[in-house]
Amino acid sequence: MTVGGRSVLERPPLARLPDRALRYGLTALALAILALIVYFFIRLVGQARPAFAKEGVFGFVFGNDWNVSAEHFGALPLVVGTLITSGLALAMGVPIAVATALYITELCPLRLRGAMTVLVELLAAVPSVVYGLWGFFFLAPKLKGAEQWVADRLSFIPFVGGGNVIIPNYFVTGLVLAIMILPIVSAISREVMATVPDDQKEAALGLGATRWEMIRTAVLPYCRSGIVGGSMLGLGRALGETIAVTILIGDAPQLGKHLFQQGYTLAAVIANEFGEAQGLHRSALFAAALVLFVLTLVVNGIARGFVVRASRPGGGGAAAGAARSPGPSGPLVAEATSQP
Amino acid sequence: MSAQAQPVQPGRFRLSASRRRRDRFARTAILAATLVALLPLALIIYYLLHKGLSAWSSSFFTTDPTGNTFFKSSSIGGIKSAILGTIEIVALAAAISIPVGVGVAVWLVEYGRHSRLASLVRFFIDVLTGVPSIVFGLFIYIVLIVGTGTTYAGYKGSLALALLMLPIVTRSAEVILQLVPTTLRESALALGAPRWRVVSRIVLPTAFSGLVTGVLLAIARAAGETAPLLFTAGATLKTNTDLGGFTNSLPLQIYYDVTQPTTAVVNRAWGAALTLVIMIGALNLIARLVARRSRLA
Repeated sequence: MTVGGRSVLERPPLARLPDRALRYGLTALALAILALIVYFFIRLVGQARPAFAKEGVFGFVFGNDWNVSAEHFGALPLVVGTLITSGLALAMGVPIAVATALYITELCPLRLRGAMTVLVELLAAVPSVVYGLWGFFFLAPKLKGAEQWVADRLSFIPFVGGGNVIIPNYFVTGLVLAIMILPIVSAISREVMATVPDDQKEAALGLGATRWEMIRTAVLPYCRSGIVGGSMLGLGRALGETIAVTILIGDAPQLGKHLFQQGYTLAAVIANEFGEAQGLHRSALFAAALVLFVLTLVVNGIARGFVVRASRPGGGGAAAGAARSPGPSGPLVAEATSQP
Repeated sequence: MSAQAQPVQPGRFRLSASRRRRDRFARTAILAATLVALLPLALIIYYLLHKGLSAWSSSFFTTDPTGNTFFKSSSIGGIKSAILGTIEIVALAAAISIPVGVGVAVWLVEYGRHSRLASLVRFFIDVLTGVPSIVFGLFIYIVLIVGTGTTYAGYKGSLALALLMLPIVTRSAEVILQLVPTTLRESALALGAPRWRVVSRIVLPTAFSGLVTGVLLAIARAAGETAPLLFTAGATLKTNTDLGGFTNSLPLQIYYDVTQPTTAVVNRAWGAALTLVIMIGALNLIARLVARRSRLA
């Protein structure tokens, strides 16, 4: 049935207006976000160009000479410092984070589960600058003796032992970063562990496995790529962490001779030097930001691949959801999908 | 959820001593690692309270920092401008990022869905999530300070924080909006409601408390960020209610105080840190309480 040339079910053109406005308005908004990010990236490349032009991209990334007064900008000490501190953070943070996730999902009494989850997530609520403050005034001085002891005992290992401990240093920075990435790695591991089918765990127990054998044979293999992905997301966090590292790393633009010496990272050099930088120096700092940006992009990209793969066999979108929103929204996803 | 499987009953069947020992050892190790993870939390909270509370005084919250850093605590001033500045900057950042972030999420869930454009948008939001926070500050610096030839201002800091919050808000909102049952949407559409009414009257109200939780967590995250503010908001001593000028903030105040040689100034940093952590903790707590009332999930 038609009235005036259109179906009675069709809305009059004027009534369709708000619908179109919402649809096209929101599409425009989404497109604007895309355009904005591309625009930022292009502008960043433009600002970094003079430094790359002088040193060459390869020379900038692998040149071992960051000398502001001589206008030499080789970022190797910064790149290496970033990788060392982040690597230390992973080495110390991931095993602990996976253990907390295992404890919360498999071993913890049900009554304590909620409380334990909240406690681990509280670590994510502490701001970076407070970690820096605490690390600088509490952790670094308290650990100095222990670090010296380790450095003396392990003097036969190059880069670890020998030499005097200077605080702050790579190790303390890595330790604080480990604490900072712990909640996100733990949250994603927990999400992935929650997708392990109960049948598989019960089958393992039914065959006479102990709780640990069940974890080793049923839980961990199932979660492997999710844990790897979560760790990579943690690595992305650690690479880009700025303020805590700036306070703790000691701001020395040379390669430290060993683990207990001062160094520098890409993010820290920007935070520290950008305020007074001019000309080529400023461009070099933009170039450092670009290197950092690309580094985190690659790491996060790989991480997503792992976590998406992890969530596939389980079919649940939980792990993928957690992977997409690391950081404080990780806990939120936990709440949205499994928590209270 | 995942049912705790019944513990193995010892004695029902024989478990070799070595397996039992290994099981006990592994469980103990996992418990120990968990306790190790909680140790820094306890230490940080203890130190914050211990150092922070002793820095608090009535004038701590009511006076601006004087910029005097070489004298006794009586003359260095408090953190009034930092508290107010953080509230102003974060409020503006929230006012920008919430509508945009939720808007993009609504587009992704209601319109874009599985289209190629939607997956491109999701990819770019993912990219934003991984961007180091200091790079956000540099983005804004390039566009609004190099680009316009002006200097630092509070609203520029807000924009940097808004960029940082955007992916967090969008991702959490998308997850929540997807939980709104499709049948609810379909019923409304079948009754003749236009799409915009379905979104504004059905989808958003149903998801409301979940959205609030996500937004509060994003605000909590932004409030603690220092790096994006370093080269955008500047830092100043005076209380500033005009976001067009230099605006102080708690994270910047702490950052600059940490590097001072005077004990009194470092104590002010502890006091400011305790204040900041309490503010962020309160936001997290409220977010949790709201999440508990959610009608979804």
